Amino acid sequence: MKRLLPLLAGLALLLSGCGREDLSVLKPQGPVAQGQYDLMKLSITIMIVVLLIVFGIAAYVLIRFRRRPGQTDVPEQVEGNFKLEVLWTVIPLILVLILGAATVQKVFAYGENYWNDKNAIKVKVTAHQFWWEFTYPDYGVTTAQDLIIPTGKKIAFQLKTVDVLHSFWVPSLAGKTDTNPEGSVNTAWFQADKEGVYRGKCAELCGQSHGYMEFKVKAVSQAKFDGWVKVMKAPVAMPEDKATAELLKNQCLSCHAIGDQGGPLAPNLTGIGSRESVASILINGEDGKTVKQNLVEWLSDPQKVKPGNKMPSPKEKMHLTDAQIDAIADYLSKSKLNY
Amino acid sequence: MAHAHSVKRHKGLMDWLTTVDHKKIGILYLLAGAFFFGIGGIEALMIRWQLIKPLNDFVTAQQFNELITMHGTTMIFLGVMPIIFALMNAVVPLQIGARDVAFPFLNSLGFWTFLFGGILLNLSWVMGGAPDAGWTAYTPLSTVAYSGTHGVDFYTIGLQIAGLGTLIGGINFLATIITMRAPGMSFMRMPMFTWTIFITSAIILFAFPAITVGLVLLSFDRILGANFFEVGQGGSPVLWEHIFWIFGHPEVYILILPAFGVISEVIPTFARKRLFGYSSMVFATILIAFLGFMVWAHHMFTTGMGPVANALFSISTMLIAVPTGIKIFNWLFTLWGGQIRFTAANLYATGFIPTFVMGGVTGVMLAAAPADYQFHDTYFVVAHFHYVIVGGLVLGIFSGLHYWWPKMFGRILNETIGKIAFWFFIIGFHLTFFVQHFLGLLGMQRRIFTYLPNQGFDTLNLVSTVGAFLMGVGVLIFLYNVVITSMRPADAANDPWEDGRTLEWSIPSPPPEYNFKQTPLVRGIDAYWKEKMAGHTEMTPAEPVGDIHMPSASILPFVMSVGIFIAGLGFMYHYYWIVAGGLGILFVCMAIRSLYDDKGWHIHPEDQVETNRKGVKA
Amino acid sequence: MSAPHPEQVTSALPHEPEKATLEGRNKVLAFWLFLGGESVLFGTLFATFLALRNQVADGPTANELFKLPTVAAATFILLVSSLTSVFAIQAMHKGNRKLLQIWLAITVVLGLGFLGLEITEFYEYVNHEKYGMTTSAFSSAFYTLVGFHGAHVAFGVLWISMLIGQLSKKGLTVVTAPKVYVSAMYWHFIDVVWVFIFTVVYLLGKVG
Repeated sequence: MKRLLPLLAGLALLLSGCGREDLSVLKPQGPVAQGQYDLMKLSITIMIVVLLIVFGIAAYVLIRFRRRPGQTDVPEQVEGNFKLEVLWTVIPLILVLILGAATVQKVFAYGENYWNDKNAIKVKVTAHQFWWEFTYPDYGVTTAQDLIIPTGKKIAFQLKTVDVLHSFWVPSLAGKTDTNPEGSVNTAWFQADKEGVYRGKCAELCGQSHGYMEFKVKAVSQAKFDGWVKVMKAPVAMPEDKATAELLKNQCLSCHAIGDQGGPLAPNLTGIGSRESVASILINGEDGKTVKQNLVEWLSDPQKVKPGNKMPSPKEKMHLTDAQIDAIADYLSKSKLNY
Repeated sequence: MAHAHSVKRHKGLMDWLTTVDHKKIGILYLLAGAFFFGIGGIEALMIRWQLIKPLNDFVTAQQFNELITMHGTTMIFLGVMPIIFALMNAVVPLQIGARDVAFPFLNSLGFWTFLFGGILLNLSWVMGGAPDAGWTAYTPLSTVAYSGTHGVDFYTIGLQIAGLGTLIGGINFLATIITMRAPGMSFMRMPMFTWTIFITSAIILFAFPAITVGLVLLSFDRILGANFFEVGQGGSPVLWEHIFWIFGHPEVYILILPAFGVISEVIPTFARKRLFGYSSMVFATILIAFLGFMVWAHHMFTTGMGPVANALFSISTMLIAVPTGIKIFNWLFTLWGGQIRFTAANLYATGFIPTFVMGGVTGVMLAAAPADYQFHDTYFVVAHFHYVIVGGLVLGIFSGLHYWWPKMFGRILNETIGKIAFWFFIIGFHLTFFVQHFLGLLGMQRRIFTYLPNQGFDTLNLVSTVGAFLMGVGVLIFLYNVVITSMRPADAANDPWEDGRTLEWSIPSPPPEYNFKQTPLVRGIDAYWKEKMAGHTEMTPAEPVGDIHMPSASILPFVMSVGIFIAGLGFMYHYYWIVAGGLGILFVCMAIRSLYDDKGWHIHPEDQVETNRKGVKA
Repeated sequence: MSAPHPEQVTSALPHEPEKATLEGRNKVLAFWLFLGGESVLFGTLFATFLALRNQVADGPTANELFKLPTVAAATFILLVSSLTSVFAIQAMHKGNRKLLQIWLAITVVLGLGFLGLEITEFYEYVNHEKYGMTTSAFSSAFYTLVGFHGAHVAFGVLWISMLIGQLSKKGLTVVTAPKVYVSAMYWHFIDVVWVFIFTVVYLLGKVG
């Protein structure tokens, strides 16, 4: 056992060197992910011991007991060995019980429902093909794609879907919770200890753009969070250009909402200019692309960016010109929240 | 009773369409299984090619979803299961000293229904699009609202038909093993492969009806407008998950137990030692099958079943590690003290042990529900089940094919080429799937048609794709081996490995139509080895030489399957008169079968070949 | 294990002709296994029904819908038919082919009676209660479970009718006896399933 410890330490080091801090299961950024990671470490430790024993015996046997040329004698036909067989029944059983005990304890710890906890921030998560809607019932705020949370606080979720099954996953903060239709709403919770932006993903096959159904979790200080809630509720100015304002109102806001205007069918666009991405996969600032460029790319051909999504093509279905798209993108990219 | 020589013997294609001989049906299963395995393999390579780099556009998102759905469905239901059926048809009757299975006619029917189900499912590619909701076909994604093509209909109808064939086969082999064993072969003297097939057949019997119902419900929802999974009308998508996995998890053991059986035959033969701890192996097999029905919900830890259910299913799942561990150690201690010969068959078998153990330990890790919240639906899971199914079952299948090839075809596969294929396959396999564990942990979820760059996924995906193509090369080398071997004369000895232990090695390779000229008398476990050790060259007969009664060939199973196939297609497209026609064909055939008794025919002693024809080593 | 070859037996029939040959014994064993699979099939349908039985959407509830007297009559008919099939097997064991055929015929008639009642019931539901396959999750589960059972009864009726004809043509032999025997097993099985349907679907629907 002593000889194994440095090996395990080395392995842990190797594993911890893996992956992005905002995405990897192996770099937990909150207590839930940390606890799950600890359980993984316990199980992999037990399993590595098992593997070493099996591999060791296998290697020894396969080398030691090869048939030599000309060997004609018949080896002893051993029927079995009761003591050995008991041994390799009981030892795995004990290992399973150790792992089982840790598992049960954590199942109940993370199965805890904090929805009625006064100190928790409540968020209703609604999954759509292929975007995420976040509603804060205590603050009357709804947003999409970017989930803003304060650090150091438990975030209590209620999760559901309005179409097919999805699964809510922020690897560096917590494991998955499926979003079921109304009637079997799930609860979950997590907490972020550090400020930062964490990547979230849909983990249940939900159609063509399942792989693109990402979102971001932005953890900010409590003060900033309060500021964000405030600006989210403030009225939003419409485009100064009359024609663009008309276009926005008639075309975009029949499904989308900005501030207190528009509808709930499509992602809420309030403050989209200060989000991390457009359509969750065109990352703003990556490869030198600005928000506006990403918005133009998206609006020019949504199906190309995110196949199978439900947005009607602005060019083909709504007959928008390039200039109009540019105007809308310009307006949206400047719709920033200061908090 | 003028039946003996006047019986009509079919030739050529008609012989294969009408055969009720378990050995020929085994070969048919092998051909069909290999065909579908090839299709599934091409789909796998296309998937890997699409994922070789970020934002690749080799296939579209829709095509990718069709590929993953068909890859999983094809491989499991139409690829590896038929090859298991091929081995069990070719070997089990011989291992128990029987002249045929209990129901030769049903055996044929089982094959043809499976084949036509498989063809129906694959027709989807050319008839408006393959199913695209994953092999699990979770609702509502698989309902008409979200999967508007006929793809999922092909899935539900095709699998129902193929599943019917599997169920028939399962019942047939249960009855065969219970009633057709040679005198002296008690249950605790049965070869381990026969034991695992027995248990597998029992799991099939109790698991397949569940998925049949599930598929019926889904097809009713899609075709008749029923509301089982229609949330707005009170339906429940979670119900589908339960039904699917109540079948789905036992299915895993349907697949892996026969591989355990193969390994338990190959290792003793090439270690020249009897299987260590035979009775605990039997016990472990039964226990695995039993526990296999108690763990389905570990596929649903993230569904929201609540902590109590999650905890219970975690524990029951982990418990499966115990009987599985017993098996692993029994194999290792069979090798211990033996004289191990590394034939291609034994390379696959010994390669199986560490590979399968790796799949097993990740299985236990997945069983810890809170950790599974992270593993679930990521590439970690993809790695896990490929380690179990490819690293376990497929290695077992290749081992079994090399091992029993001379018994099935009278020719030993080329050993050198076999070993080369093995190394390509197993190195390719570990390259493909080992790195996928890490992809999952780094945050790559499964079933995504592409991924964004800069997430740390790029290199590992490239490695994985390279590995997949190496596996492909390994399979091609195996096929090449089959081709060149079949051009050689069929000269394999009765006992080509010289250390055969079970009854199939006491008769010619390939065996005559009636298998055993005289039913053998079994005097212990490893019956043939026991006789050899006593200085005998063949089994002691349990009956005098006499007329051997054989069942008649029949085209009815083929026609019945065509009828079911037609009815299935008609149902899918709402042509109910076609459904009626197809079912009419089926019922007429059933009536014919019932009304005209099959009296069979006899092979007289003078037409029976000398058992020891090829007793000397070739 | 001195099983006489089928063709050697013409006049003197053994006491249990269905188990006189290996083929016969295999058939009975395999049929037991088949019924094991059928149990899982109906078990899954029952589980589905139980999960969805209160999901009535805008449609009628079980309590509003079901009329126990008709269903009780159907239950009675089916139970009696199970008894008549027992009489049929007793007649077979006595080697009395005529009596066997009569009891089988009565069983078939009762089966047809049951089907008649069931079809009337479904007809009422669809046409007068606006309760069809597509009404609600409850209705889908109801029609699928009860309909699956009804289809089994219909198949049994056809099967046993054909056996009655075969008995006339071939007589009672060690080839025909196992067929009659497994058809009786089948008939008992669908009877037992009906008892569960009566309890779980109808009685529970009325009280629950």
